[in-house]
Amino acid sequence: MIVSAELVASEALVPQAATGIFEFSWLLVVLPLLSALVLILFGSQLGRFAPWLGVASMGVITVIGLLLFFAMISLPVSDRLIIDSIYEWFAVGDFVVPVALQLDPLSMSFVLLVTIVGALIHVYSVSYMSHDPNQSRFFAYMNFFVAAMLLLVLADNYLLLYVGWEGVGLASYLLIGFWQYKPSAAAAAKKAFIVNRVGDLGLALSVMVMVFVFGGVTFELIDTEIGSAPSWVPLVLGLLLLLAACGKSAQFPLQSWLLDAMEGPTPVSALIHAATMVTAGVYLVVRSADIYELSNFASNAVLVVALISLLMGAVIGAAKDDIKKVLAGSTMSQIGYMMVAAALGPIGLVFAIFHLITHGFFKSNMFLGAGSVMHALHDEVNMRRYGALRKVMLLTFLTFGAGYLAILGVPPFAGFFSKDSIVEAAFSESLFVGALTTLGAGLTGYYMTRLFVMTFFGKPRWPKDSHPHESGPLMTVPMILLALGSVFAGVVLYSGKRFEQWLEPVTGFIEPVLPFPKLWLEVMLISVVFLGAAIAVWQYRSVSATTPEKVSVLTKAARADLYGDKFNESVLMRPGWSLSESLARFDTHGVDGVVNAVGATAKFTSWRLRRLQTGYIRSYAMFVAVSMVVLMGILVLVLQA
Amino acid sequence: MSADAYLTLAGVLFSIGLAGVMLRRNSIVAFMSIELMLNAANLVFVTAARYWGVIDGQIAAFIVMVVAAAEVVIGLAIIVTIYRTRNSASDDAPNLLRW
Repeated sequence: MIVSAELVASEALVPQAATGIFEFSWLLVVLPLLSALVLILFGSQLGRFAPWLGVASMGVITVIGLLLFFAMISLPVSDRLIIDSIYEWFAVGDFVVPVALQLDPLSMSFVLLVTIVGALIHVYSVSYMSHDPNQSRFFAYMNFFVAAMLLLVLADNYLLLYVGWEGVGLASYLLIGFWQYKPSAAAAAKKAFIVNRVGDLGLALSVMVMVFVFGGVTFELIDTEIGSAPSWVPLVLGLLLLLAACGKSAQFPLQSWLLDAMEGPTPVSALIHAATMVTAGVYLVVRSADIYELSNFASNAVLVVALISLLMGAVIGAAKDDIKKVLAGSTMSQIGYMMVAAALGPIGLVFAIFHLITHGFFKSNMFLGAGSVMHALHDEVNMRRYGALRKVMLLTFLTFGAGYLAILGVPPFAGFFSKDSIVEAAFSESLFVGALTTLGAGLTGYYMTRLFVMTFFGKPRWPKDSHPHESGPLMTVPMILLALGSVFAGVVLYSGKRFEQWLEPVTGFIEPVLPFPKLWLEVMLISVVFLGAAIAVWQYRSVSATTPEKVSVLTKAARADLYGDKFNESVLMRPGWSLSESLARFDTHGVDGVVNAVGATAKFTSWRLRRLQTGYIRSYAMFVAVSMVVLMGILVLVLQA
Repeated sequence: MSADAYLTLAGVLFSIGLAGVMLRRNSIVAFMSIELMLNAANLVFVTAARYWGVIDGQIAAFIVMVVAAAEVVIGLAIIVTIYRTRNSASDDAPNLLRW
């Protein structure tokens, strides 16, 4: 049944050459890249206008993205797969790698998310970063980030996707370490980069496997040929792509960089968590759905990883006092939801992207809200120093509240539709998976309420001499727009099954079949969420300004990121270190010893032999005479023999 | 007369020359001993030429004589220079070219 749905999907779409406005899709990648280049090279000359150049390029590509979107919905459904060939990258024999952009409902969804959310974050950053002396560099990196992400989602083959993939990794490194004079930021940037390299290895290897098995890397080729490939191919590709997705999307066991990545400026976190970077892994898994379709083991591996990450992120988020780290844990958990949905196949692929989009709105909204709060309180991130901020920052409170209700899944906010759909798909797959996703929803209710209560309610715990105030319109307007997205994105996309019909040609879609009425599910889910929220409200009715020391083992573990770093350190770093140490010792004593011994022997021998050079002519004459006699003796012996 | 006598004489002359080079310190004497060895070699060449009835040995003897004459010129010049700088004709004195 699953296979037949896939066949319908792949038959429905016929690749079309790009005509009309679609011929300009390359501008989406090139414009922000160009603006990044200008900002890097001439940023200091631009002065005050540098940020606005970054914003302008984002604005233009948002308009282009929207135009492309409207052009696409006016096409008949079967024509919504447009390949815009730009040029041939290289060709070795039969192996040809084109540089071509693929516009279909899936990549279009990402284009809209990345450009709209990205543009709003850029606007917000103009004000947020206005006191930073390196603004032009910041906006250059941000534009580069967006360009790399757009290349990633628009590429029509895995190799070009890999280029965008690495670009995103580089941009995240540059932005997390933007305040590189802070040792913690520099370390966090390095950590993000190195952990991502582990994931990149998976993608690089999978591209090599594709070239080896199929002799090509385009999505179209892989999708058509994968069915006739030997059975190990989908398994190996699935696992390698999962490794790649884990790195970029901060899923277990490569999650450790995400929490440290909070060292970057807050708009960067918003961009990483909502529009670019972490969504790339979900995109990769959804784009490779045909591969996972053929390997139960690989898709089950995705499911297990996703469930672990979902709960892990929520538990970590529930114990942190740093507002950005709570949100980071929450991202890990929400990406876990998307991965669960993606692992379920056509039953959940649509919802994975649906949740990704609603999450993009409400998470960026909340990050910008957190940035606004930090702005008001001199970059304080400890929520134990917040409290009662709703009175002084009404707009931030309201917009954050919209994001809060959205992530909780309260109807009719955005998360209600997307998260309930994922839980529904999970329950129709198996009761166990459904139960775990429900537990995750309860935890979400707990940690988000904890954050919300600690920040906006209770008594003020900030220092007497700080006077928190609402941020300016450049910051609040993007927050309001994103809050509107958090409120309406779900209902607009869900009603009339618009999003399912939009994405179905690419991903296929199977209606989830629940083992019980849908109303039960919704009631159960919302009551679990409210239970979590109620526990948080009761626990944090009064908050101490200092972090309590006497806490349960679980809280301690969660504060230490569930010992992810400890694990990496003891299992990977220490053995690696001692391996390299012992190799270094082998080099200095073993290899160098042999080399030095050869040298020393030659030195000693020549030191002995040079004594023959006495400087006395007589002794030289004697050597000549003696050797002549010896030679003649040998000659005589030889001639006689 | 057989060639043996000539060859024996050449051997004796060569041994005397070799002993002179190895045992005497005076450069002039060492030099003369070298000449003696060269002449012993010449004697062997000439003897062989006569013995085999070919002219090659005589030609070789002439070449050796020419080389010896040239060598005398340079050798004596070197010895004189050494004597001037070191006030000695001993061939142990210029022993700087050693380890």
